[in-house]
Amino acid sequence: MVANKYVLRFSSALVDQPVIYHLVKDYDLVINILKADINPHQEGYVVLELSGDSENYNRGLEYLKSTGVDVAPLSGTIFWNKDRCLQCGACTSFCPTGALKMDLQDRLVDFDGSKCIVCESCLDVCMARAVEVRF
Amino acid sequence: MTVERTIAEINEKVKQGKAVVVTAEEIIDIVKEKGVKRAAQEIDVVTTGTFGTMCSSGAFLNFGHSKPRIKMNKANLNGVPAYAGIAAVDAYIGATALPESDPENRIHPGKFLYGGGHVIEDLVAGKKVKLEASGYGTDCYPRRHLETWITLQDINEAILFNPRNAYQNYGVAVNTSNKTIYTYMGVLKPRMGNASYSTSGQLSPLLNDPYYRTIGIGTRVFLGGGIGYVAWHGTQHNPSVARGENGVPTTGAGTLALIGDLKQMSPNWLRGVSFLGYGASLAVGIGVPIPILNEEILVSTAVTDAEIYTTVVDYSSAYPERKPEVLGKVSYAELRSGVIKLQGKDVPTTPLSSYAKAREIAQILKEWISNGSFLLTEPVQLLPSVEAGIELKSIEIRNNS
Ligand code: SF4
Ligand code: SF4
Repeated sequence: MVANKYVLRFSSALVDQPVIYHLVKDYDLVINILKADINPHQEGYVVLELSGDSENYNRGLEYLKSTGVDVAPLSGTIFWNKDRCLQCGACTSFCPTGALKMDLQDRLVDFDGSKCIVCESCLDVCMARAVEVRF
Repeated sequence: MTVERTIAEINEKVKQGKAVVVTAEEIIDIVKEKGVKRAAQEIDVVTTGTFGTMCSSGAFLNFGHSKPRIKMNKANLNGVPAYAGIAAVDAYIGATALPESDPENRIHPGKFLYGGGHVIEDLVAGKKVKLEASGYGTDCYPRRHLETWITLQDINEAILFNPRNAYQNYGVAVNTSNKTIYTYMGVLKPRMGNASYSTSGQLSPLLNDPYYRTIGIGTRVFLGGGIGYVAWHGTQHNPSVARGENGVPTTGAGTLALIGDLKQMSPNWLRGVSFLGYGASLAVGIGVPIPILNEEILVSTAVTDAEIYTTVVDYSSAYPERKPEVLGKVSYAELRSGVIKLQGKDVPTTPLSSYAKAREIAQILKEWISNGSFLLTEPVQLLPSVEAGIELKSIEIRNNS
């Protein structure tokens, strides 16, 4: 048995495809969805735990990658350094889950770790280097 | 009876702690509530603020003399080269300077983790900075090399001198190509995946005094957490651009050259920044007080984000190639809502300058003036305005043949 957590990011062209269905049906994998946000014709993500016997697991992963879905292991945690943050808000338009979010009234940015899928999209777009990934 | 006030009269009230000061955001509702006339009678000063990346920034440093003396013709601070082509131990550290060891964009997009802006931040934060200098040796300056650690406190002068800050309005950047691009307007996603903008709009200094009726050489300002002055109009100052009916430019226009004592400043308001694939720079906090000398000036300070427009430019082709095309016009109210409509498409917006920090600066400056610790200055000369007929020049590529 192998079990690991992954972040799958779907481009808008891919969201309509039954990728997860194939993982279950063709590769006999057990899937535990931890977080997801998928909408028709929009970019989306799924964080899931994938488990199965090692042969199926590996073939399933191969299949996943072949579909063009961006597959990244879920590892590390994001650390947001509030003191370094310039409160510009640039990261918020790159964060797919709203973990980094700006309040439209006070225009302050805040980080909600429970929404973060460690996709790392915010890391390099932050001019202040206020977000770090820690393992 | 129309209101007429002088800066001297306002300063009298400031000294007595009686000046009525509000921010450029607060003035909006006050004018809506009380009308222009009453607001102008009651309010003496409106404070503005902006906090964003301003590449045309840097500091003149005088290190003091070593024993024996050196005439530096190269000076590096934490590995970042400062310009040493002035007197023996004077140098200018520019915000975008990079260490020779920086891989730049050889592995694209480069990260530019440490540059001149970070050196300035470290100095202001009181950190030790490594100075390495070399000279060719002269009879009067025999030393050829030195390596030491300095702090802001143990050098002579440290003068922040920024040739171009506080741009009056700025274009919005998008990318219509099929690949991500890395610009000074941040990361731009393909197919207009986002739109970056970078002014504090209704809080921004020059957007509140669109014709520079009060801001001029010698205007005392909040600069980097300390006190600074307008030294001149900034480089590329261009009052001649298109303006809306309210006089507010609809694209980058006026600019300020600012000067101030780095030793008084704070790393909260001078921050080294790194733009992926573009370079290093410095985020600068600036606040300018606007004396309400008459009703007309008050009306300008009450401008709202909904009344300030800017143009959208494609940074994948029009900007780098200097083509005049613009993709649209949007207001700061639309930009700040988080999404703009561009050619039928909803495009999420990416703010690059901090509205929350701009607001904080305007508040700080308001407190300084209200508690009598910051007096306004009479400009020695106003900035060139529309009448000056300034035309921006460009580089002509001429070949020798
Ligand atoms: S991009 Fe960086 S500095 Fe700007 S709000 Fe996000 S975390 Fe803060
Ligand atoms: S890694 Fe950054 S961009 Fe990705 S979800 Fe977490 S906060 Fe958002």
